[in-house]
Amino acid sequence: MSAIPVSPGAEDWELPSRGKVAMLSLLTGETAIFTIFVVGYIFYLGRDISGPTPRQVLDIPVFNTICLLSSSVTIWLSERQIERGRIKAFAALWALTLALGIEFLIGTWLEWKKLIFVDGLTIRTNLFGTTFYSLVGLHATHVVIGAIGLTLILIFTLTGHINESHTERIQVFALYWHFVDAVWVVVFTVVYIVGR
Amino acid sequence: MADQSIPIGGSLDITPQEREPLLDRLHEWVVTVDHKRLGILYVLYALCFMLIAGAEALSMRIQLAVPNNHFLPPEIYDQFFTMHGTTMVFLVGMPILFGIANYVVPLQIGARDMAFPRLNAFSFWLTAFGGVLLYWSYIGGFGLYGMGNAPDVGWFAYAPLTTRPFSIGSSMDYWALALIVSGFGTLGTAINIIATTLSMRCRGMTLLRMPLFVWLMLVVSALTLITITPLTAAQVMLLLDRYLGAHFFDVQAGGSALLWIHFFWIFGHPEVYVLVLPVFGIASEIIPVFSRKAIFGYPAMVAASVGIAFVSLGVWAHHMFTVGMSSVSNTFFVLSTMLVGIPTGIKIFNWLATIWGGKVRFQTPMLFCIAFLFQFLIAGLTGIMLSVAPWDWQLHNSYFVIAHFHYVLVGAIVFNIFAAIYYWFPKVTGKMLSETLGKWHFWLFLIGFHLTFDTMHFVGILGMPRSIYTYEANRGWGTLNFIISVGAFIQGIAVLIFVWNVIRSLRKGKEAGNDPWDAWTLEWATPSPPPAYNFASDPVVHSRRPLWDIKHPDDPDWKYES
Amino acid sequence: MNREQGAHAARLTFLLILAAALAGPSAWADLPQQTPSIFAPASTPAYSIFGLSIFALAITGGIFVVVGGLMAYAVIRYRERANDDTSEPPQIYGSTQVELAWTVIPILIVVVLFLTTARIIFAIQDAPQPKDALDVTVIGHQFWWEFRYPKLGIVTANELHVPVSTPGDPQPTFLHLLSADVDHSFWVPQLAGKTDLIPNHPNETWIEPTHTGLYYGQCAQFCGVEHAKMLLRVYVDSPAEFAAWVKDQQQAAVNDPQVTAGREVFETHACANCHAIKGTGAVGTFGPDLTHLASRATIAAGAANNTPQDLYAWIRDPDAFKPGCLMPAMQLSDSDIHELVAYLETLH
Repeated sequence: MSAIPVSPGAEDWELPSRGKVAMLSLLTGETAIFTIFVVGYIFYLGRDISGPTPRQVLDIPVFNTICLLSSSVTIWLSERQIERGRIKAFAALWALTLALGIEFLIGTWLEWKKLIFVDGLTIRTNLFGTTFYSLVGLHATHVVIGAIGLTLILIFTLTGHINESHTERIQVFALYWHFVDAVWVVVFTVVYIVGR
Repeated sequence: MADQSIPIGGSLDITPQEREPLLDRLHEWVVTVDHKRLGILYVLYALCFMLIAGAEALSMRIQLAVPNNHFLPPEIYDQFFTMHGTTMVFLVGMPILFGIANYVVPLQIGARDMAFPRLNAFSFWLTAFGGVLLYWSYIGGFGLYGMGNAPDVGWFAYAPLTTRPFSIGSSMDYWALALIVSGFGTLGTAINIIATTLSMRCRGMTLLRMPLFVWLMLVVSALTLITITPLTAAQVMLLLDRYLGAHFFDVQAGGSALLWIHFFWIFGHPEVYVLVLPVFGIASEIIPVFSRKAIFGYPAMVAASVGIAFVSLGVWAHHMFTVGMSSVSNTFFVLSTMLVGIPTGIKIFNWLATIWGGKVRFQTPMLFCIAFLFQFLIAGLTGIMLSVAPWDWQLHNSYFVIAHFHYVLVGAIVFNIFAAIYYWFPKVTGKMLSETLGKWHFWLFLIGFHLTFDTMHFVGILGMPRSIYTYEANRGWGTLNFIISVGAFIQGIAVLIFVWNVIRSLRKGKEAGNDPWDAWTLEWATPSPPPAYNFASDPVVHSRRPLWDIKHPDDPDWKYES
Repeated sequence: MNREQGAHAARLTFLLILAAALAGPSAWADLPQQTPSIFAPASTPAYSIFGLSIFALAITGGIFVVVGGLMAYAVIRYRERANDDTSEPPQIYGSTQVELAWTVIPILIVVVLFLTTARIIFAIQDAPQPKDALDVTVIGHQFWWEFRYPKLGIVTANELHVPVSTPGDPQPTFLHLLSADVDHSFWVPQLAGKTDLIPNHPNETWIEPTHTGLYYGQCAQFCGVEHAKMLLRVYVDSPAEFAAWVKDQQQAAVNDPQVTAGREVFETHACANCHAIKGTGAVGTFGPDLTHLASRATIAAGAANNTPQDLYAWIRDPDAFKPGCLMPAMQLSDSDIHELVAYLETLH
């Protein structure tokens, strides 16, 4: 669906792909949502009237970040593979992307477990807890949705339902995954670098 | 008036089959993915809520008609003004405008349907569910004494009044959830309209040949993406506060009441433009046709629309001149707000220049548009007054503000929505609305409107604040409030005439034909009502007014457009 | 600081025009004292705002006359007439020069209006507080106002007393605005524009009244079910009156032996949990301070008069005046209430 089919005689009438337009529109809206949560996080930095503070309890999730960011590379490589019709290579890279995403979720789970049970920080503890869990949680929710999408497409691929003609749909989905990674860069900077 | 049938693509002659049983036809409407049917559903849905919210307004006007009145108890009054505002903005304004867009945009760009018909249906049903959810609070929300209770904190829902300690029960949860749900519906429609206008245009329909209504809907949809979402985010925060004990707006734990006000108006101000820009589009369709001239300064109109949308993102704090911002911030928002006046002025002047030198036909759609021009001029000027921050310290939250935004919401938006309905009803149903009843509707509505909302400016100047369920007899507001209430009922009668006009014309209206107004955009090239596939073959256009080109082969538009 | 003279003339002219043109006689009958019109200023910031608003009104009024006139002319002049032929009028698609002109003119108007506005914003908002200015802390509560005079040691409610300001003896009052619960807004239209009272966000405003008298205001930010009855009175006193009022308010409560029974009712029931009466065991702060209740003209934030009858009815069932207000009906016996009222009436 790179162009809308038109009547004969209009070969040069090219329009943008509606899938990509729609996904970019959706991501614009998502950006606004994340902006509000990021603004909320920054606004409340250092305004707590009780602990714990970010510096006391937060560790920088280096490994997690590397995993998530490299998943953007692997999904990009898999897009190149399906363009050329190499379904097996596509499936392998796609599965790797999914694995990296799941690793990120496990990392977040371990981090939260430590924060809740060791440091006693929950969403109701203080303003830091409130803003931290909602911002990181909002992002993690997006990773979960992305992981579900990745899994579905992987299942379709393994059952032989995906071929070269689906390239554009795969690319539209990949846009979402790239966005989730890009948002992590912002969240990471705000929460673990600036806010700590 | 020429009633030409323009054979752009023509239409397939399909003789209607015999009517199906009622249940089957209803089922077809429920499962439809046709943009035209969804458009009609949106409009009907919005009109139902308009009657409900109008009844709430009339009840409030009875309560305020005389001082110290006991018609409504305070808690009911508070629910009514909250529900009136929320309903009119989220369940009437946006659905009706997106509904009209749903119907008209694909036709005007020569497309067979929206880019994503299923998403379109999904969005409508989400919006519809949101509306029902909001009103379900009257039954399902548990209030004091086991009664249901509706949201009662104003449509702006300032924290901390909305947090658990001050809003016991579940009315706020209904409010937040209903708006989140209908917000997702709106988001879906906005995405759909963007994808449709960018990716579904017929051959030759370049961006700068799109009808202005399509342009405005594109701008509005883009604006919606970044307008509705901040509200959704803030409402999620509110729900986190209410359900999980988070502290975003919990002032006891250091949370900020001010943050909500910022978030709300970051949504709330552009929201006004989400509502008003589509009606600029409507006026830009109707005024040229009924003045018999091309729109004056098309590129400037497009630029001004984009400009308004852009500037509207940077003016939200003019709703907050009284919250105690620094003098520098206040000054900044004074300037940004006044700047909106410039592109808005360009639009008004271009409409004026379109009429200038034309041959104006005073049919009902045009009457509503002419009234819109004057009323929008006044609304813009009172807006300038409110942007003068020190004066706003006086006028803010007074009836002057109520008058100002109703001048926009009713005087500009509702008037143009009526214009749009009179204009496109023949296309949608194949029948003309009655001109006689239309004129009764117009004049009564006009008189009622001015009695109500002109007078409101003056009670505001006399110091009457908004959101009060009663007032003392010795404040000198009694007579004016009585006039306001009388005007409100005249408007109510006018709306009933309109409803009667619709019902009557559906059965007995004059046959419309394809092109009853002798208009120039593509939707008038198909039969009325258009077949499911819109156009028998894909149209090709060469200018902004394809039907003008066909009607005037000796003097086509494309000769003049760059 | 006082620009009263010029503003006064402009105000009279404007009010005459407005009154003649728009409002029924009853709406204006008691204007001087009763209608809190923003066009009847009586305090320095209100005069500045009034002057600015007349300027803005003149500009916008001028625009309305010109543009509205052009619109009316165009619609009438270019209507389709019965004897017109069916030809279409000449099609004009635009004109760069004309469009440029009507872009530039609004820009110029905006510049002028913006600069004027900015000047007034800074003049009012950043006015320095003179050392001897009166300080009052205003605390908004759900449906009533608390006024504290920290330098004078006075706590009162709903009726603010301030001294009048004269050119020879300027007496501005600076108000520090706090909230005990939700958002409120302090608005006395004749004295100044409104400023909100927001929890966790202290605000400030000031007034400098130039005429003695009573000025009405009320809460201007929706704050809950009885927002409409969160009324506010400002008494602008002559210097002598104000000094007498201050002296009176600084006293402990009157202790009249004839009403001991009522005082015992007050102290032994839950009244004392919420209300304070200086000189007794009652130190509650959730409700208004009642030490000098009888010196006030109204009760319940202006919802009722301070008469024995109203006071009795109010204590028996507060919801009769303010349905949904936070004071509960205490279920006292009739005789208890009568004694209580008798006691409260002595608290001058």
